[in-house]
Amino acid sequence: MSYEHPSLAPLAARLAAVPTLPADALDAEEIAVMGRKQGELTLLLKSLATLSIEEKRAMGGALNQLKQAFDAAFAARRAELAATAAAVEARQVDLTMPARQSWTGTRHPVTLVVDEIVEIFRGLGFTVALGPEVETDALNFTMLNFPPDHPAMDMHDTLYLGGEGGGGQVGERLLLRTHTSPVQIRVMQDGPPPYRVVIPGMVYRNDAFDPSHAPAFSQIEGLAVDEGITFVDLKATLTHFARRFLGPDTRVRFRPSFFPFTEPSAEMDVGCRLCDGAGCPACKGTGWMEILGCGMVHEQVLRNVGLDPERWTGFAFGMGPQRIAMQRYGLPDIRLLYGGDMRFLTQVGGGTP
Amino acid sequence: MKASRRWLEAFLRQPLDPADVAARLGMLGAPVDAIEQVGADLGAFVVAQVTDVRPHPNADKLRVTTVDDGSGTLWTVVCGAPNVVAGGKYPFARLGTTMPDGLLIERRKLRGEASEGMLCSARELGLGQDHDGLLALTTDAAPGTPMADVLGAPDHRFEVDVTPNRPDLLGHKGIARELALSLRVPFRLPAIPGEVGLDVPPPHRAGDEATVGGVRLAITDRGCARFLAAVIRGVTVGPSPAWLVERLQGAGLRSINNVVDVTNYVMLELNQPMHAYDAGTLRGPAVLARTARDGESLVTLDGVTRTIPAGALVIADAERAIGIAGVMGGHDTEVSATTTDVFLECAWFDPSRVRAARRAVGLSTDASHRFERGTDRWGASDAFQRAVRLLLTVAGGTVDGQTVDCVPVAANPPRIFLRPARVAQVLGLDLAWTEIERCLVGIGATVVSKPDDGRIAVDVPGWRPDLLSEIDLVEEIARVHGYDEIPTEVRPFRPGARQDDPAWNAAAHVRTGMVGLGLAEVMTLPMVASGGPAAPHLLNPLSAEHGLLRDAIVPALARQVEANWAAHTGDVRLFEVGTVFERAGGGTRPIERMAVGFVVTGGRRPAHWSDGGARAAFDRWDARGIFDRMVALAHPGASVQVEGDRWVAKDPAGLPVGWCGAVAADVPAWADQLFGGEVTVVVSTRSAPQYIPLPTYPASVRDLALLVGIEQPVAAISDLLLQRGRRHALEAVTVVDEYRGAGLPEGRRSVAVRLTFRAPDRTLTDADVDQAIGRLRTSLERELDVTLRSS
Repeated sequence: MSYEHPSLAPLAARLAAVPTLPADALDAEEIAVMGRKQGELTLLLKSLATLSIEEKRAMGGALNQLKQAFDAAFAARRAELAATAAAVEARQVDLTMPARQSWTGTRHPVTLVVDEIVEIFRGLGFTVALGPEVETDALNFTMLNFPPDHPAMDMHDTLYLGGEGGGGQVGERLLLRTHTSPVQIRVMQDGPPPYRVVIPGMVYRNDAFDPSHAPAFSQIEGLAVDEGITFVDLKATLTHFARRFLGPDTRVRFRPSFFPFTEPSAEMDVGCRLCDGAGCPACKGTGWMEILGCGMVHEQVLRNVGLDPERWTGFAFGMGPQRIAMQRYGLPDIRLLYGGDMRFLTQVGGGTP
Repeated sequence: MKASRRWLEAFLRQPLDPADVAARLGMLGAPVDAIEQVGADLGAFVVAQVTDVRPHPNADKLRVTTVDDGSGTLWTVVCGAPNVVAGGKYPFARLGTTMPDGLLIERRKLRGEASEGMLCSARELGLGQDHDGLLALTTDAAPGTPMADVLGAPDHRFEVDVTPNRPDLLGHKGIARELALSLRVPFRLPAIPGEVGLDVPPPHRAGDEATVGGVRLAITDRGCARFLAAVIRGVTVGPSPAWLVERLQGAGLRSINNVVDVTNYVMLELNQPMHAYDAGTLRGPAVLARTARDGESLVTLDGVTRTIPAGALVIADAERAIGIAGVMGGHDTEVSATTTDVFLECAWFDPSRVRAARRAVGLSTDASHRFERGTDRWGASDAFQRAVRLLLTVAGGTVDGQTVDCVPVAANPPRIFLRPARVAQVLGLDLAWTEIERCLVGIGATVVSKPDDGRIAVDVPGWRPDLLSEIDLVEEIARVHGYDEIPTEVRPFRPGARQDDPAWNAAAHVRTGMVGLGLAEVMTLPMVASGGPAAPHLLNPLSAEHGLLRDAIVPALARQVEANWAAHTGDVRLFEVGTVFERAGGGTRPIERMAVGFVVTGGRRPAHWSDGGARAAFDRWDARGIFDRMVALAHPGASVQVEGDRWVAKDPAGLPVGWCGAVAADVPAWADQLFGGEVTVVVSTRSAPQYIPLPTYPASVRDLALLVGIEQPVAAISDLLLQRGRRHALEAVTVVDEYRGAGLPEGRRSVAVRLTFRAPDRTLTDADVDQAIGRLRTSLERELDVTLRSS
């Protein structure tokens, strides 16, 4: 735009200077030009009234355009200066100062391990079953084919309920379940096969606390019963689990073992992840770590729940999430998992320190 | 079970690598927990020949010898052993050798004579207790030969983890059988060094009564199903020969005397515990296997007087008990240094009777451990005859008359029928008949017929009391064939038909929500020291600290907070989801319910420099906020109410289901107050929240400062405002401030509330809102005596 009228030339020049005005001169110049009483442009606009019609036409339009141009120029310059000032201020902030944090919640290593295991077995067609922690000796032992008064019982140092709860007949004595296996019985008594369940839960033993034993700990158990299930399915399912859980290259082996409620019975070992099989203190030099016990459901257990073992076969397994968590997080003492030390919980849970 | 490598080598007649043994046993179901080297490392010692022996000029008991150690230098060595002779060969410690006890052999003077090394006894080499003289070597080895080449490498002791179903592995023979199976080599009972008395005739068979060597034997309790006995007269009780001491030592047992060592040797070799009595101490003379009488007691071998449990099986003479059968013998009839006549017992006792007795007397022994797992009833005779021959060999004497074998009730090992089709059904693979036979023969079974009718008759060996039915044989076949040989292929399966237990998903929902509130999950022990009156008691707790089952979560969390305080951690935020127990009464099982609890103390958020050192700690309002969320997560439909100085959650039926408030704890002076809460987790159907159209017109907001009575609940004011304001488009009432103090009328506080008005269909005008405020003021004044502070 041009302001050709010769009397406007000085103002046009000042308009051109606005974008370069320093911050401290901007307000003064705005008042000098646009001030309500003495502004030069204001005065010119006021003087329009005294002009002739021709002159009004000649000047009026140009003055209004000039006023709008000044408004825009002052606003733009002001914004520009403000942005510059903010940038300068920003440069002066020390961005290495510590951030403002909020507390982060953390999951317990053991429940996290249990959830991971459950998720893998869900993918293999298993669903979750639960059962009570106080059981009868019938469900905890007899139905699971523990011979009465047999050395196999020594593997399960049992805590019995006292007072009015513990005085029952043999078979009805109340105890804290020593394994999650009674839930196998409950599931099988609940309806016909096929069964495919995982059973997480707390179990109890009359063991004193030491670095590797606790009187109560988690267990996660699995049961699959159907027609045509064989030891091959047991090996395949648990090997698949180990590789999903610990990594696709995990080495797996099965060793014979003994549990009253499975036959054949096995222990599953996985290649020691610390030494990669070379042998180290963690795996006692064997290159292997025991991870779970398993086996084909014992014929007598099936008979005990009214299933014909000639028709139905199945496998069961159980593992200890505390031990798995200890291996995973490198914990030297199981008791860490029963404490509430915030430093420990945030360390392994990844929370706010 | 502790097993000696050398003993196993004697069975297998081949050298064994300890790591290989451990690997093979592990893959057969008997993992080796530890391998320990037994005996000294003889690397530092050499064979030396004494070429000259002369008296010590200054000491009667010392000799000065010249020793050739093959180095070309002859050494002068002062020696105190009486058995040193010129020309004899002995172990020699050269100068600079460190002995097993840490002594460094240096050149030194003994009573004025220089000594340049040491001739050694067996004990000095760490090879037993014999310190009567030097270990005389009968060897052709030249002087300078390393001792390890002469005496062999040290033994290894395996700690074998034997499962309760495998008593056969509690003897070296059983372990050797497994190794032979794995190595596919034969194995044989080792010969007895220097064996005599091979003409001992087999024992005389009898029923429940017999006489042996003048001693009457009678079995009146059927818990004893076999009793072999011999009387051996004229034995010399004394130290055992070195080979026997070493065998026992390799298997972790100390030598006692030759007679006791023989019984222990056979036990460790064949898993058949035995007992030797001093026949001269037997009254009658008689030995009876009978049921204990009421109140009978016995001083056992360990010198402790024990009351024999009622109904236990005892061994007795004509007058008194002389042993708790299968557990421990009596002190009075023990073989001693002066014993000349021995009564040897080799019996089979009912495992459950032995177990009951050992539990009742609280005494677990090597013998009871074996008897309660089951010894070989049919193999007892072989074990007995081996023991008799061993005894005659190492202790001398002669068998008085004939040995006897009392079998009150005859029985045969079980015969099991096996269908190869069943093997395939369980294992998932078809095994050749020859492989099935190899597996069964390998464990000692006898395969009686070929599978013409689809079945094989299998006579199981007596040392495997665990093999009772077909499935037991299926397991043996899998085990011997090798679990590694069974394929690992994923085959089609049917998914489970059951739904997830809804309680599991409810717990998962609560956990996720609590973590989202910034709390750390913990898992405390469900056994606690104290609780409410309904907390169930344990009959046999580990300690009083763990005597009850918890009836609440928060007390255990508070103890964890105290532990944090003890470690100078002041910022603690914990939660736990777990089972709590409540006694139900009447002998019924306790009520178990899932609950979630939390505790918070310390900084509301991590300290930040911009706060200028000021620290806002969790207060009751934070706790209430967590509680509200926790109730919504765990017990939807419950409402939170004030009760006394805390809040309670009540279910729609009005029953309390949770609480929140200050928590009692041992708070250090520097720490902040502890708050917490707990609520029962219920399974509920969680339907998805339904969409409500978002508002399209703006809200109008007004703040009012109200003068409220000091004890007047704000909740009542909010409720009234919302109720009366509904028709004036009042959307929300928020408390924004509370002030107590100067400038207010007596008995009043000022509460600022923010009222948000919004109509669904238009923009409200100032006039609309002014009118609404006017009406609401009137309601507050009339109904609750609440006035505006500004008016």
